[in-house]
Amino acid sequence: MGQVIVITSGKGGVGKTTTTANIGTGLALLKHRKVVMIDADIGLRNLDVVMGLENRIVYDLVDVVQGVCRLKQALIRDKRFENLYLLPAAQTKDKNAVSPEQMKNLCEQLREDFDYVLVDCPAGIEQGFKNAIAGADKAIIVTTPEVSAVRDADRVIGLLEAEGLNEPQLIINRIRPDMVKRGDMMDIDDIIDILAIDLLGVIPEDERIVISTNRGEPAVADENSKAGQAYRNIARRLEGENIPIMSLDVEPTLMERIKMLFGLRSRR
Amino acid sequence: MMDFLRLFGREDVSSKDIAKERLRLILVHDRANVSPQFLEMIKSQIINIISDYVDIEEEGLEVKLTRMKKGEEITVPALVANIPIKRIKHVARV
Ligand SMILES: Nc1ncnc2c1ncn2[C@@H]1O[C@H](COP(=O)(O)OP(=O)(O)OP(=O)(O)O)[C@@H](O)[C@H]1O
Ligand SMILES: [Mg+2]
Repeated sequence: MGQVIVITSGKGGVGKTTTTANIGTGLALLKHRKVVMIDADIGLRNLDVVMGLENRIVYDLVDVVQGVCRLKQALIRDKRFENLYLLPAAQTKDKNAVSPEQMKNLCEQLREDFDYVLVDCPAGIEQGFKNAIAGADKAIIVTTPEVSAVRDADRVIGLLEAEGLNEPQLIINRIRPDMVKRGDMMDIDDIIDILAIDLLGVIPEDERIVISTNRGEPAVADENSKAGQAYRNIARRLEGENIPIMSLDVEPTLMERIKMLFGLRSRR
Repeated sequence: MMDFLRLFGREDVSSKDIAKERLRLILVHDRANVSPQFLEMIKSQIINIISDYVDIEEEGLEVKLTRMKKGEEITVPALVANIPIKRIKHVARV
């Protein structure tokens, strides 16, 4: 029996889909866990594109729920990563085409066959959100180090608790160490302090995320990507390993190095 | 341009500290889930109760949810009422 994990945030555009794709791929790469990712963002599907699987879609989530096809027919197997599957969202239907009860049944069915069922939640706290969390036994909340995103995260934590989804874990995305260093961005401790929840991981702002999304290849498979490394760490933490949060210290610039050399500036 | 802006920004306080403090206050409100109507209700009841004893300046009366220092590091949510008094009524001195 696998576990069902929903990836949610409240605020839009903070990195839920990116996170779902990378954790999903990371888990499949790691010890070959059997993983299925569900795109629950009906009407605005994206996970297929981030994964580079958009040309392989025949059936979608709504088709499955409405009995147009069997579950197995709608699952897209990722040929690059063994044991990784995607259940795409419908693009043309609206989010009321699915009920929380139906999502719950779907997740129950999938957890029989998979170690992990990851649900990519739409933004907001309306029907789409309620559907996405319905079958989950665990939640990952994604935020960025901004007032509005953290505020929404706090709201979602409350809503999840009301639904019995206790102890969600937090991923802080798009941290910029240079800005944190000069006091222009909230850092990890600030955010954890305010939200008072468990930290699952920290993802730096990384242009390789954009590049990998362009290519449809998750950054977690890219050895040179810092964000990819951070996602690999998260996958291992989910597997129960004790991996420390990686240091995101910026390399000193050439000018800073020169100053340090002459003792003009102490190392921070 | 930068220096011009600096005159207005509080350069001594880092923007992340401002963000943090604003966020804290926003969350006090969000979590307490108090509506403006609720605060108005408290306000009018305060007026009711204490106007027997003092004349208050009703326009100046302010009731708000905020954060208060409780010890060095700890702050807690607090309901603060600011009540400007015009005159203490005679009964109050009994
Ligand atoms: N760590 C990062 N570094 C750089 N760019 C990032 C990072 N994380 C996400 N992005 C970019 O931010 C944008 C939004 O990401 P994503 O689509 O994953 O967010 P979302 O939360 O799923 O959005 P929505 O709420 O619309 O579903 C994308 O263009 C993505 O490439
Ligand atoms: Mg998304």
